[in-house]
Amino acid sequence: MPNLAMHISNGIIDTPVSAAFAGLALVALAVCVNRGRNDLDERLAPMAGLVAAFIFAVQLLNFQVLPGVSGHPLGGVLAAMLVGPWVGALCVSTVLIVQCLVIADGGLTALGLNITNMAIVGTAAGYLLAVLLLRLLPKTPTGLAVTAFVASLVSVVASSQGFVFEYWLGGTTTLSIPVVASTLAGVHLLIGIGEGLIAATTVATVARVRPDLVYAMRRFRVKAAPVAPVRAPETVAGGAT
Amino acid sequence: MTKRLWVFIACGLFVTLVLAGVVSNFASSSPDGLDATTLQGCTTDAKGNITGGTCMAQQAKDHELKDSPLAGYGIKGIDNPYLSTGLSGVAGVLITFGLGYGIFWLARRRKAPAEAGVAEPGAGD
Repeated sequence: MPNLAMHISNGIIDTPVSAAFAGLALVALAVCVNRGRNDLDERLAPMAGLVAAFIFAVQLLNFQVLPGVSGHPLGGVLAAMLVGPWVGALCVSTVLIVQCLVIADGGLTALGLNITNMAIVGTAAGYLLAVLLLRLLPKTPTGLAVTAFVASLVSVVASSQGFVFEYWLGGTTTLSIPVVASTLAGVHLLIGIGEGLIAATTVATVARVRPDLVYAMRRFRVKAAPVAPVRAPETVAGGAT
Repeated sequence: MTKRLWVFIACGLFVTLVLAGVVSNFASSSPDGLDATTLQGCTTDAKGNITGGTCMAQQAKDHELKDSPLAGYGIKGIDNPYLSTGLSGVAGVLITFGLGYGIFWLARRRKAPAEAGVAEPGAGD
């Protein structure tokens, strides 16, 4: 049976390293719950549930990137931009836990590895870049779409390099690390383009329909004054179509 | 306000269910980027079984829950592949939404949203 799995299986990374990353993932998730509570109110909770479900769905949508090789979105950037980084990482984790426990995708012993790469590393890298980009780009649907695209690209490649790090620490085979790293980076750059398009479409659509539900529109500029409800559509500067 | 929110959630869920239940059947069945890399160095037959060489996937072990009813993005006992894939996608979406919403609802901040926002973490329970 080919391709019934999409995440790290049992046995690819040795037990001590898998266990260490399980511990790391647990700590990271606890931090996310703790910090995410500040963002989670009556409105964000159902929205976050929807984002998790949506990520589960788009992860099913493998698209061809090379002959014989496909890719699927991971969802970290999409989640961070819609519901914030902490809750976003929890959304991706929820998906990975359901996939592991219900679908049997991604080994039980590899769950910590998969959560670390996709939910933590992927979301963190994409979020940090998105915050940076949104200092330069306008907070319009178009600006958000460009941000989501670029951040997804980087996020997916960062996730794949998380695996390389784990493989370097505890791989059960001894393949050349540079080869593994470059192969994964190359493929995931292509996957990142696909994910970027999906994330950009999704974020821009929600931003058009319900801008008040997009975390990136409300709270990304944390440093600036405590967000006054930005209702007045400031005359959008020209340029971006 | 709340009603508008739930209209949005319902529409979002509908789109999500269509993606998972219908569009998923048109997804590529090639191994994904990670899987393909774990197979690098090995030769495989038409069914994707390893026939020789050296690669990461040779060390892969079975999943602990490989016999669960929804294992491998299909539903045990449903022979029609489209139905099996689609329904497992729908089930996965509903389970994920239920679990996610449940967790996030329990973890939510209980204070009235004071806009100035000095909500302290961990004050709940």
